[in-house]
Amino acid sequence: MKALEIYCAGFCRKRLCSCFCITDHFSPENANDTAKETCLNWFFKIASIRELIPRFYVEASILKCNKFLSKTGISECLPRLTCMIRGIGDPLVSVYARAYLCRVGMEVAPHLKESLNKNFFDFLLTFKQIHGDTVQNQLVVQGVELPSYLPLYPPAMDWIFQCISYHAPEVTARCALLLNSVMSAFRAEFIATRSMDFIGMIKECDESGFPKHLLFRSLGLNLALADPPESDRLQILNEAWKVITKLKNPQDYINCAEVWVEYTCKHFTKREVNTVLADVIKHMTPDRAFEDSYPQLQLIIKKVIAYFHDFSVLFSVEKFLPFLDMFQKESVRVEVCKCIMEAFIKHQQEPTKDPVILNALLHVCKTMHDSVNALTLEDEKRMLSYLINGFIKMVSFGRDFEQQLSFYVESRSMFCNLEPVLVQLIHSVNRLAMETRKVMKGNHSRKTAAFVRACVAYCFITIPSLTGIFTRLNLYLHSGQVALANQCLSQADAFFKAAISLIPEVPKMINIEGKMRPSESFLLEFLCNFFSTLLIVPDHPEHGVLFLVRELLNVIQDYTWEDNSDEKIRIYTCVLHLLSAMSQETYLYHIDKVDSNDSLYGGDSKFLAENNKLCETVMAQILEHLKTLAKDEALKRQSSLGLSFFNSILAHGDLRNNKLNQLSVNLWHLAQRHGCADTRTMVKTLEYIKKRSKQPGMTHLTELALRLPLQTRT
Amino acid sequence: MGTALDIKIKRANKVYHAGEVLSGVVVISSKDSVQHQGVSLTMEGTVNLQLSAKSVGVFEAFYNSVKPIQIINSTIEMVKPGKFPSGKTEIPFEFPLHVKGNKVLYETYHGVFVNIQYTLRCDMRRSLLAKDLTKTCEFIVHSTPQKGKMTPSPVDFTITPETLQNVKERALLPKFLIRGHLNSTNCVITQPLTGELVVESSEAAIRSVELQLVRVETCGCAEGYARDATEIQNIQIADGDVCRGLSVPIYMVFPRLFTCPTLETTNFKVEFEVNIVVLLHPDHLITENFPLKLCRT
Repeated sequence: MKALEIYCAGFCRKRLCSCFCITDHFSPENANDTAKETCLNWFFKIASIRELIPRFYVEASILKCNKFLSKTGISECLPRLTCMIRGIGDPLVSVYARAYLCRVGMEVAPHLKESLNKNFFDFLLTFKQIHGDTVQNQLVVQGVELPSYLPLYPPAMDWIFQCISYHAPEVTARCALLLNSVMSAFRAEFIATRSMDFIGMIKECDESGFPKHLLFRSLGLNLALADPPESDRLQILNEAWKVITKLKNPQDYINCAEVWVEYTCKHFTKREVNTVLADVIKHMTPDRAFEDSYPQLQLIIKKVIAYFHDFSVLFSVEKFLPFLDMFQKESVRVEVCKCIMEAFIKHQQEPTKDPVILNALLHVCKTMHDSVNALTLEDEKRMLSYLINGFIKMVSFGRDFEQQLSFYVESRSMFCNLEPVLVQLIHSVNRLAMETRKVMKGNHSRKTAAFVRACVAYCFITIPSLTGIFTRLNLYLHSGQVALANQCLSQADAFFKAAISLIPEVPKMINIEGKMRPSESFLLEFLCNFFSTLLIVPDHPEHGVLFLVRELLNVIQDYTWEDNSDEKIRIYTCVLHLLSAMSQETYLYHIDKVDSNDSLYGGDSKFLAENNKLCETVMAQILEHLKTLAKDEALKRQSSLGLSFFNSILAHGDLRNNKLNQLSVNLWHLAQRHGCADTRTMVKTLEYIKKRSKQPGMTHLTELALRLPLQTRT
Repeated sequence: MGTALDIKIKRANKVYHAGEVLSGVVVISSKDSVQHQGVSLTMEGTVNLQLSAKSVGVFEAFYNSVKPIQIINSTIEMVKPGKFPSGKTEIPFEFPLHVKGNKVLYETYHGVFVNIQYTLRCDMRRSLLAKDLTKTCEFIVHSTPQKGKMTPSPVDFTITPETLQNVKERALLPKFLIRGHLNSTNCVITQPLTGELVVESSEAAIRSVELQLVRVETCGCAEGYARDATEIQNIQIADGDVCRGLSVPIYMVFPRLFTCPTLETTNFKVEFEVNIVVLLHPDHLITENFPLKLCRT
């Protein structure tokens, strides 16, 4: 039926046209009444066709015949037919109907652009139907994939588009609006490949309704997503920039420029980027226009950084730093700096000493640092510190350690407000000292010895300016170790003394990740660590035997421990272990080229006597404490502490000594006295003693074992 | 002996109004000369009323009204018995279209139960041996244009499952919202019916939206009458699942001969309605009815 109607329409038109030669100047007066009547008859017949699509096509195909009836027939018909197409539900069918109507319209009434444009707008409105359920279901039923389906549209779309853009004699503002819709609605690849055509059309557009820079902006957005042909790229940039640079309003300018910077970065070198940046600075500086456009300027920086990972190239772009100077509002400037640093940390693989990069990044880091004040959030400080540390870690002057140290010195003064950075610097300087040692293979020359002393001095000066107490304690210990390793004995002593004198300042509660926690366990941990180091620290000749240990014991004694805490005793137990270790002929570990007490004293009896005295003092303290635990609530503690002391003696003491022997038996009984001991532990301990008694030189343990009864639970 | 008789009305569109003069020519063409017993021309206009199947009983008492109603009737003797020469002979005629008294010249209307028709019949009587020739030609009468401006009466409509009457199970209906308007239900018959329809939302896919033009013919008189509605034409305005929120034009041209200005007489009535019909997937049919008033200006 459809085909027949279309055929008839064509035939009718041929007949009508053959009756009278329809020229362009044909008007209803030229037609005779019979022809008019026949024509009218046909239109009535067509108006009665039930189905929408055949009715549309037949009426569109004889559109020209309206000339028989009236002068205005076509100009009335064309918009009506355009609207009619909205009734076609299938978007593919409707786009081809539109293409046909455009073709007929072009042939019959090329001056009626309004309808053509409306066709296009309506098409854009219905485009979303492609992703609706009806079309998708249809594709599934017919077994057609979307990638095969979508390419069916462009021929019709291209046709419509060409009709619209072809030789538009009356260029109206709506044409610009249309172009903008096209560039927004169509796929970027489609626009990008036709960039030069679009630029031509934009140029011809009438400015009045819709400004051209918005059109260029839309084009730029497309080019950010898809690439135009290689040969056109430079020309496109030139054309676009010619227009953009002439924009007077800074807002319009920057909105446009921001989009095109990405295009420039993507396809061109730093030279072109520099030109663009220079242009932006030129436009945005007068009257401080940049103040209103920080978001766009930030975006520009982000894009430049995204494409230029090589920071030596980036900073060699002349206008990069002047561009940064435009960010005069502090918060924005800091944001931009953070951006740059994040990119640097992400992309910089090798450490660098490039002065260009260093200068620029120091400037950037300083900006970030200087923004820190009393109101800065902890999180922000953490972030900034992380970024600055990332930078510091990437700076390396190779073998030129002196320059490295002076860099650290400079950094310290620059970043004095951020504690994590100072910590990093201390670690870096320590590392530098150890690197020196490695290079010198442990044998310092006069020069290198002086250098490491300088490093050590750096740490010694810097640590007190930190606030975190455990940070300081640990850094003192760590730096002391480094000093020792580099044979700076007096400096090492100074560190250890400083640590010891710091211990009384440890507060009861410390802030760990926002919560207040008791510090005792941390202190215990630190002290144990300290003891391990103290073992190999040689005594200073001018101070007494085990001077440092004594000092430490005094401090521990005076420290206000928590009531109901046994930490002090545990520490004393650890001291006993230390003292026991110190009494060995040879220690288990040493520092290269450092004579520890074992070789210094060589097992001297005076030394050992002093050692013993200290042991006795400590043990007395422990026993004293045990006595105080005789109350009901503390009995369990007494039992476990007693057992732990017993184990210490077992592990570290010489049980051939009668006193010790007796003490250990007493402790054993104490542990079990009030039924608080864990039977299994006791059993295992006894088993261990029996096993150990079988080893050579341990026969006295057999006798001991006999005197250690196991209490049965009643 | 091929003799042809033809009536050619002067106006190409054959449309006349009351008070005008219907003129034309009768054309007799023949190879040979024709002998005849006279040529007469009759102009008549009648209203034919049909019995409706459902009301046969009622009409039995009023069978008089079933007879065709004569509107106008006039006969002229064109030529006295004689002979026509061979070839073509044209005889002009004129009929003034006057009605007597307060009778009205109804507009030509071809309906199902009501039929108003105007014809010209030319009869050529011939001798016993030759058959009489006759030729009929219909012409169109349009009612006199109404005086005074017609007030447009726009109608807005909203169709949702809730606004529907005559629904068996409302819960089974898919949800939808269709809005629109008709620019006027008082229509000029020479102008198309216009309006707009928007499918704001619909759960089910739309299969079709159609305009159904309906004639409502009433025959009879006060005591008993039959009212019948039949479809004149069905025009589809949306095919397939149309875009939501996009307005689809309502546009329908009133077909000539099958529509006439709304007519109400003592014996019969001719009225018109339009239904907006929406077909939803899979097979829901929704109708919204609008009575129309057609007139000629």
